[in-house]
Amino acid sequence: MTPSEPSVRSPTVTVENVSKTFRVPHQQASTLKERVLHPFRSTSFDRLEALKDISIEVADGEFFGIVGRNGSGKSTLLKCLAGIYQPTVGDIHVAGRVATFIELGVGFNPELAARDNVIINATMLGLSRKQAAQRFDDIIAFAELEEFLELRLKNYSSGMHVRLAFSTAVQLDADVLIVDEVLAVGDAAFQQKCYQEFRRLKDEGKTILFVTHDMSAVSRFCDRAMLLERGEMVDIGDPTAIGRAYHELNFNRPRTQRSDDGRRHGDQREGEITAVWFEQPAGSRVEALLTGDPAVVCMVVGAHADLPDAVFQVTFRDETQLAVFIAHSQFQDAFDPRVEAGNSYLIKVDFDCHLGPGRYEITPALLRGESADEIVDLREGLASIMVHAVHATGAVVELPHHFSIEPS
Amino acid sequence: MSSGTLAADRARRHEPSLGNRVRRFAGLTYTLGVTEWRLRFFGSALGYLWTLARPLLFFGVLYVVFTQVAKLGNEIKHYPAYLLAAIVLYTFFAEATGGAVQCLVERESLLRKVRFPSMVVPLSVVLTALFNLGTNLLAVTAFLLVNGITPQWGWLEMPVLVLLLTMLASGAALLLSALFVRFRDVAPIWEVVSQMLFYGSPIFYTVDFYGEYKEILAATPIVAVLTQMRHALIDPTAPSLAEVLGGAGYVLIPIAITLALLLLGLAVFRRAAPGLAEQL
Repeated sequence: MTPSEPSVRSPTVTVENVSKTFRVPHQQASTLKERVLHPFRSTSFDRLEALKDISIEVADGEFFGIVGRNGSGKSTLLKCLAGIYQPTVGDIHVAGRVATFIELGVGFNPELAARDNVIINATMLGLSRKQAAQRFDDIIAFAELEEFLELRLKNYSSGMHVRLAFSTAVQLDADVLIVDEVLAVGDAAFQQKCYQEFRRLKDEGKTILFVTHDMSAVSRFCDRAMLLERGEMVDIGDPTAIGRAYHELNFNRPRTQRSDDGRRHGDQREGEITAVWFEQPAGSRVEALLTGDPAVVCMVVGAHADLPDAVFQVTFRDETQLAVFIAHSQFQDAFDPRVEAGNSYLIKVDFDCHLGPGRYEITPALLRGESADEIVDLREGLASIMVHAVHATGAVVELPHHFSIEPS
Repeated sequence: MSSGTLAADRARRHEPSLGNRVRRFAGLTYTLGVTEWRLRFFGSALGYLWTLARPLLFFGVLYVVFTQVAKLGNEIKHYPAYLLAAIVLYTFFAEATGGAVQCLVERESLLRKVRFPSMVVPLSVVLTALFNLGTNLLAVTAFLLVNGITPQWGWLEMPVLVLLLTMLASGAALLLSALFVRFRDVAPIWEVVSQMLFYGSPIFYTVDFYGEYKEILAATPIVAVLTQMRHALIDPTAPSLAEVLGGAGYVLIPIAITLALLLLGLAVFRRAAPGLAEQL
């Protein structure tokens, strides 16, 4: 099955104009006495709109990502899809058998050993007792817990707990899998195994709805994704684009107005920086870069005096204000800045963006002097740029590298 | 496998059949009920003995009080046997309903995380109590034999009586558990009601104690079950329920009340079920 044309196939999951409003009572009048004493007091409610008019169609066999910040309504949407909550308005239709992984190991009891817990969990999730018993060996083998069968669950480590729970969950032969952020626990090796398992399920043609904060997982696995914010669908479509939009929401929010109020140094008498922006090598402006891609940072400088010794500098600072990268023109042999009074100059710096994902603050500077120690104009945080990564390691920089292996 | 056959395959198993749903319902109830029951055994060293010990100790206290102090049981034939059997039956009802009151709230983590028929939860509580009743009835049987009561055909009525009591307990369990989610003081109220039912039912006395009201009170389900149990299990010379009520047709009244409570419980629970998860 190719994931290329999801729209052609029949939708397996249809969500039509779904809204979900929770009523949060101001005063918890939940005893009979209160009802009897104040029969006419109308309880006032706060309405909490967790979902607002959501419509999506997920095709048969599609791997669909749902992303959003905390409290954006992801889990409420999943619970509505799973049938745990009823939508206040709208319809949800799911064709086929649904398995929900809202939480792993539902019904696990710490006093019992693996077998009992697997059977409880599997029957909760929809297998019959017989099926659960038949698949027990596979489940244990996948979880790699053969040696710990007799151990009570309370003596399991949390990682073993998750392994057992996940192994049980993937043994359900459901058509539609609804997966909340369940993989946050477990070590890296097991997470890898989980993702392999998702890929296998996807290859088998299962429809998977997947909530996560891991954008690299979204772009690796999902055919499409949607972005939720405050209960509304902000965007839907290509997972990489959604990942970028998510990062922007996450990092951009407090700094959207961050264009011109950055601190400025120097007296600007001999020249000034008027703008800084980023471009693709082809020439179009961009707001975000992808790790590993070539990029161009541009700055416009207006000269008020002749500056034979002008030095240009662009500093990239990460969220912690650490200067991660400084492009400095003084050490560029082939660069000969002859800046004459009255002219305006466009300075371009080509570079390969090997920065890790995140938001970077850009500080352009116009300097002069033998050792570039005289500040003509320096504008801290004049611009910022978002960097995304397909495979993030979590490191500050993602330098190009390659491995090789040979018998030694 | 081509996408075409996959899609066709999908379409065929669109929705689970009724049979599958019933099987899943039963399987889930059984799993939850039996797990809870076994956990009680695992919980303490003496395990199984404890589930017996409670009604037995209670029986011992009541026996001493009502034969030695109140001299109440002296005219009743096989009083100890009747007292024990009645306590065991009532314990089942009290355990099933008392445990059911808060069961939905206690199982919140399940109800909010997986979709499954929530009715399974109170019914599994009744099932756990039923397992306990089974083990307790074994002890009762041994006690009857030791006391010189010989097995008789009437004993075969016991499954019917237990079934009736189970239906009654299920109806109450469904009603109470659904109400408790909205009205939290159902718990203390039911505790008191349960106590009142204990003293109001012919457990340490018999239906004759009611005097002129016995025809009316014997038509209530618990009194009816206990009265018929005395006739069938303990003492065939004691009046049967039909004799107390004054006609076999009147036996339908307690059955009808039981059915009505069960249907009411089902209706209330079904109405409450869709919104349960978010109200817990």
